[in-house]
Amino acid sequence: MIEVKNFTKSFHNRLVIGDFSFFAGEGTLTALLGPSGCGKSTFFDLLMGNISRDGGQLFLAGKEVPDLKNAAAFMAQKDLLLPWLTLRENALLPVSVKKTPSASDLREADELFEILGLGGTGDLYPRHVSGGMAQRCALARTILFRTPIVLLDEPFSAVDAITRQTLRSLLLQIRSNFRKTLLMITHDVEDALLLADSIIILSSAPMTAREKLVISTPKEKRSGDPFLQAKKEKILAMLQEKAS
Amino acid sequence: MKRNVLPFVFLAGFLLSWEFFCRSSEIQPFILPAPSRILLLIAEEAPLLLMHGASTAIEIIFGTVLSVIAAVILATAMFLFPAAEKALAPILVASQAIPVFALAPLLIAWLGYGMGSKILMAAVIIFFPVTVSLLQGFKSCGTDLERLFSAMGANTWKTFRFLYWPWAMPYFFAGLRVAVSVAAIGAVIGEWVGSMRGLGFLMMQANARLRTDLVFASIAVLSALSIFLWKTVSFFEKKCVHWIDTTNSL
Repeated sequence: MIEVKNFTKSFHNRLVIGDFSFFAGEGTLTALLGPSGCGKSTFFDLLMGNISRDGGQLFLAGKEVPDLKNAAAFMAQKDLLLPWLTLRENALLPVSVKKTPSASDLREADELFEILGLGGTGDLYPRHVSGGMAQRCALARTILFRTPIVLLDEPFSAVDAITRQTLRSLLLQIRSNFRKTLLMITHDVEDALLLADSIIILSSAPMTAREKLVISTPKEKRSGDPFLQAKKEKILAMLQEKAS
Repeated sequence: MKRNVLPFVFLAGFLLSWEFFCRSSEIQPFILPAPSRILLLIAEEAPLLLMHGASTAIEIIFGTVLSVIAAVILATAMFLFPAAEKALAPILVASQAIPVFALAPLLIAWLGYGMGSKILMAAVIIFFPVTVSLLQGFKSCGTDLERLFSAMGANTWKTFRFLYWPWAMPYFFAGLRVAVSVAAIGAVIGEWVGSMRGLGFLMMQANARLRTDLVFASIAVLSALSIFLWKTVSFFEKKCVHWIDTTNSL
C-alpha cells in the first residue's frame, strides 16, 4: 500500500533522515518506534508534503506520488480541537473544509460518536469535556477524513492510563471496521506491541530503519502476554544498546 | 464587596473629596468647579451636551468602522504575503511617530471642517493598534493546527474562515477595546483644530469664555461615551469569543 524508498532530509547540512525505506501493506498498522527527537515527526511532515525531501521516492498502491496529501488523515498527540466549534463540528471539519456537511454527513458523525462512546455530546464545546473525550473526538475527525491511510503522531502520549487503554481498543476496532492502513509513530514500546502488526525500530541522528519486527500472535494481544513480554525486552535492549 | 461595585465606590470617594476640597477652600469655580456644580450643569445643558456628544460619537463610530475595515484588509495582506509585511511594516511604525496635532490641520485642509476630517482623524489614531493586534493574532496560530488544515486539504479561504480568523478574534478585540477608548482623542483633536460642532468644539468655546464647568461637563460626557463604547466592544467580544472567559478582563 505505502512504500517509502530511500527518503533523505537534511537541515542546515545536518542529516536528519538518512536513506529511510519501508513498506506497509493495506489494512495493516505499522509502528515507527524510536527515541524522542529522532526525526519521526519530520518524517510525517515529509509524507504529508509539509516540507520537501532531499531525495527518495514514495509509492501509494504501486503508483509514485509526491506526498500523501488528500490520501492520509493525521492525528497528533494533542487533540487539536478548535474551541470555537462544537464536538460535532470539530469531527466534521475535514468535510466542512471541502463542502457544507450534508444530512448524511451529520448522521455519520453521530453514529461515529456512538461507537466512540461520545453519544449525546455532539453539541458540547471542547471545554465542556474531559481530555479523553476530546481525544476520542479527534479520532472521529481522523476517520471523517475518509482517507485510506491514517498517520498517528504519538496519539496517546498526552492521556492518562485508563483513557489510553480505551483509545487503544477503539483504534483497533476502527482499524477492523474501516479497513484503514495506519502508520503510528511512538516512543511507547507497549503501544507499539499491543497495536501494531509490524514495528520498525528507528535509530536517531540520522533516522534510519534499524530493524523490522513482525508482531503476530494467534490470539488477542494482552499486556502481560509472555510472547509480547519477550518482544518488549528485546526491543528495549535494542533501544538501550543504541543509546549507550 | 462585589467587583463591579468597586469602581463606583472609588469614583464616589474621589468626587466627595473633590467636593469637600472645593467647598472648604476659597478656590474660584472658573479655576476648579465643584462636582455638584458640574452635575447640575450637565442636567441643565443636557440638550446642548447631547447634540455635541452625538456628533463626536458619530465621528468615533465611523472612524472605528473605517479603521477596522482598513486593519482587516492590511493585516490579512501582511499575513498572507510576507513581502507586503516587509514593505509596509516600517511605514506603519513610522506613521505612529507623526504627532496627531500636526496631522489634524492637514486633514482639515484636505477634507474641510465637516465630519469627514474628524472621522479620518479618529481612524488614523486607532488604525495601528487594531492592525498590529490582528496580525499578531494570525501569526500566533499553532503549527500543529496549520499541519492539520494542510492535511485536510483546506484552501486558503477555508483555513482563514475556520482557523486563522477565529484564532485571531481575541487579539482583534483586545486591540479594538484599546482603540475605541483612544478614538475619542483623535476626534476631539480634529474638533479643536477646526469644526462647528462636537465636544471638542464645545470645550474650546467654553474654555475661551472661562466656563470651566462646561469644559468639565464636556469631559464627563466624553468619558461616559468612551466607557459606553468600551462596554459595547466587550459585549460583542463576549458574543463572538464565547470560548474564552473574558469575565476577568478589563
